[in-house]
Amino acid sequence: MLATELDERLSTSQVFWNSLMEMPGGEKIRQCIQCGTCTGVCPFGRWMQTTPRKIIAALRMNEFEDILASDTAWMCVSCYACAKVCPQQLPLTDGLMFRLKEELLLTGNVPTELQLALENSRRYGNPMGESPKKRSAWTEGLDPPVPVLRETRKPVDVLWFVGDFASYHPQGQQAARALVKVLRALGVNFGILGPDEVSDGDSQRMAGERGLFEWLAIRNGAHFMRSNFNQIITTDPHAYNAIKNEYPSLEINYPVQHYTEFLYERLDQLKPLLTKKISATVAYHDPCYLGRVNGVYDPPRELLKAIPGVRLVEMSHHHDSSLCCGGGGGGMWLDGFQWDQSKSRLSEWRIREVVISKTVEDFISVIGAEDKNRRKAGQPTLLPEETILAVACPYEKPRFTDATKTIEEAKTVRVMDIAELLANAM
Amino acid sequence: MSENILVVTEHLQGRVLDITYVMLAGARRLAEQTGGKVIAVLLGYKAQFLTQDFGADKVHSYDRPSLEHFSPDAYLRVLEAEINAEQPRAVLLGHTTIGMDAASGLSARLHLPLVSQAQRFDGSNFVSQICGGKIMAEGPLPEPTALVTMVPGGYRPEDGQGRNPPILEKQAPGLEGMRVRLSHFIEPEAGDVDIAKESVLVSVGRGLQNQNDLELVERLAKDLRGTVSASRPLVDKGWLPTSRLVGKSGKAVKPKMYLALGISGAPEHVEAVTGSNLIVAVNTDPNAPIFNVAKYGVVMDMYELIQALSNALEQEAHAA
Amino acid sequence: MNIIVPVKMVPDLVEELTIDPGGAALDTAWMRLILNEFDDHAIEQAILLKERVGGLVTVIAPEAADVDDALFTAAAKGADRLIKLTGETGSINSHALARALAAVIQTETPDLILTGVQAHNDLDGQVGPLLAESLSMPYVGYVSSVKIENRMATVKKEYPGGLLAEFMVELPAVLGIQASDEPPRYVAFTKVRQAMQATKIEEQDIGELDISGSAAVSRMFQPEVKERAEMLEGDSDAVAARLVEIMQEYGVL
Repeated sequence: MLATELDERLSTSQVFWNSLMEMPGGEKIRQCIQCGTCTGVCPFGRWMQTTPRKIIAALRMNEFEDILASDTAWMCVSCYACAKVCPQQLPLTDGLMFRLKEELLLTGNVPTELQLALENSRRYGNPMGESPKKRSAWTEGLDPPVPVLRETRKPVDVLWFVGDFASYHPQGQQAARALVKVLRALGVNFGILGPDEVSDGDSQRMAGERGLFEWLAIRNGAHFMRSNFNQIITTDPHAYNAIKNEYPSLEINYPVQHYTEFLYERLDQLKPLLTKKISATVAYHDPCYLGRVNGVYDPPRELLKAIPGVRLVEMSHHHDSSLCCGGGGGGMWLDGFQWDQSKSRLSEWRIREVVISKTVEDFISVIGAEDKNRRKAGQPTLLPEETILAVACPYEKPRFTDATKTIEEAKTVRVMDIAELLANAM
Repeated sequence: MSENILVVTEHLQGRVLDITYVMLAGARRLAEQTGGKVIAVLLGYKAQFLTQDFGADKVHSYDRPSLEHFSPDAYLRVLEAEINAEQPRAVLLGHTTIGMDAASGLSARLHLPLVSQAQRFDGSNFVSQICGGKIMAEGPLPEPTALVTMVPGGYRPEDGQGRNPPILEKQAPGLEGMRVRLSHFIEPEAGDVDIAKESVLVSVGRGLQNQNDLELVERLAKDLRGTVSASRPLVDKGWLPTSRLVGKSGKAVKPKMYLALGISGAPEHVEAVTGSNLIVAVNTDPNAPIFNVAKYGVVMDMYELIQALSNALEQEAHAA
Repeated sequence: MNIIVPVKMVPDLVEELTIDPGGAALDTAWMRLILNEFDDHAIEQAILLKERVGGLVTVIAPEAADVDDALFTAAAKGADRLIKLTGETGSINSHALARALAAVIQTETPDLILTGVQAHNDLDGQVGPLLAESLSMPYVGYVSSVKIENRMATVKKEYPGGLLAEFMVELPAVLGIQASDEPPRYVAFTKVRQAMQATKIEEQDIGELDISGSAAVSRMFQPEVKERAEMLEGDSDAVAARLVEIMQEYGVL
């Protein structure tokens, strides 16, 4: 039931409240104890007039119009931090915040940057507005060519769902090409949908466009049905989350793994191939939709540890407290809006953590202290100098790379996808 | 029926618009084919002085107070009379806010064939530029009288200039009962800067993702001692004022260097920058039409280029 | 206020355009169509006027691939009636479309007709002024603002250099929209789907197609590139260094 159809006897608050109750698990929202932990942990909580606690309070006081009048709901990056820490385990991210964004969309209250991304998704099957025919142009030059299932018509073991950013964004494409190298080295029989693939739709869904998500999902589902494969792997966690958790409700059911899970299962076979040393301190960033939402924390770390020369460190926010890069929930297309509101970028926050963690590790490590003396005396150091932020989601690479350019001490931090690091180690 | 070519000249607030000279140049080429004369048609009020440098064989002047400024209704009536009287081989109008308002109406009223977006004539064929400049369409000039709206780019304005063509004053038909009335002009906001006078322009287009990224562009412009300008999409979004608009509806510019970032190069934009001394274009699409106008091109994400260029300029500054 | 908005689908320039084997027309096999951008603004302007002064908005389009989607989207934004012109619309040009529209609109009593000022594939003129003449209505094009009061439209017409002129136009009239007062609004997919259920697209046959008024095309081709830019290769730092050199050569630095 859409809140825009106002019943004479019910207030806006009641109509919205009813719509929440109708969502799966929605009645739990009654149990909110107004503790404010959600607001506290929210990365943008300080600038939101519409944090989960405040929304529920407004509903209870029959003042939901105030919430609708504010556009700060678009600061929410759907990172699930609030849902994770809520003591009552309320469905905050995919229940409350999703429904609110949907309501805002229906009344036309949506920042223009996001509007364009949504319209492009509808028209071209990708938020960038690139030609669908060029979706697999990134494979040009690869030898042997990457099989596009519609053309080769041969069964494969693995259908690789590449995703928007890995297909069209230059930095995402680098990660994709690296993954080709790794998969080939392991002898994996894989194929891609190519121009038939459209956006997984997960970010559009979390931005309030359930209808658009379903339309995209059904298209992908139809192509899955026409292809012959055993399982799906994805480059990015958003597609992974969509295919694993959301597509089944649309009768689209396939076993799916994020590529790090897939490679981790084959670590015995992969490790001997990692022969080139990469001397670096590596911090791994848990992407929201791989870590917090789907509980996949170890496989990426084990892959990194298998690379010779890598010294893996944890940042102060890690595992389920990992800091969002800011790309989820539509945030990828809301930088202008979010900057205007907060004058800060989550990605920069995260990069500062990379810098700090190396410093802290150095500081507490005896060898680190020793290295300081060696550097002063112009002697070779024992610890690797290079610092790398390892990511497992194509949204993150451009976001973090931009951040490294604006933070002074981070100029030497390199941002790389795990696939790239593995490929470089071969 | 004559073989003459009529040119519906355009003027605005006391000055001749460039498209007029482009049309006169085109008319001359056509007239050479048909063996007719080039007749410039002027509608105005005491505006004969504007025709001093027209490259025409003669001028037909319709002089009335109510014709001082363009008005679609009035132009339709006068031009209808002129075309009926002259029966020319072709009538050239601008593919502009002035010419387009009249051309199609004349086609319907007089049942004359119309060709749009013509860039030049090849012999007695028209060559039109359509689909954002990506496609050219050519065909024989239709008979008996062809109405043609012209875009710039095929002829140089200088080639449409001449000296003091003789002026024939003509009687305009009755202009009472006009259903469209000009109320007043609204001047553009003065703006902080006149981009037409700037020496270096750093221009941005759709490639700019977010409004606050303008900061990066402003900084680069500053390092180059230039100013930021833009193509239509950004001005429509309100990210920059109209005073910064480069294009058909904005300003024509002639800087020493025009750095086009994330601009595809649609004709309405390109026509306003051809006077630049040096055009450098940056775009992720190797097929972007801007690369056909620029002297140097880079296929790259504009953000990457801005970053690298800012660094390089910083180093230059330190080295100097 | 009875507002009619004629719109049409045009080739989407995001895709590559190719010439068909005949050499005198566009290859439609891989062509993707999109609603003419200026027509999108015309729809928005019509809805804005409806919201301000009340009335009915009718959107009319000739049959083409994906036109239903464009019509339902207009309904989702607030259009009341949708009419699709059927028949031999494949080779329809501006003159033929204007004639077909005039035949349909003769039986309506519009106060205002809004349509995009032009479309990039218009080779034989613009639908707006052709239609205006057929209906004996006044026309003003390149309009970026419309206000209605007492059977008069006050419009702002765009001139070069950012100059605007305010015109008073007697209704009924046809206006060629360059830009709507507000940028075209977003409409959620769910609303478009609802419109698909709730709104019916009326169909009207255009009858005999009369394309006279246009010129025959003997050849279509991609523009010859006289001098393509010298492309600078290499990574961003190499390119930047080269650019600095070039700027010094040209006396910019």
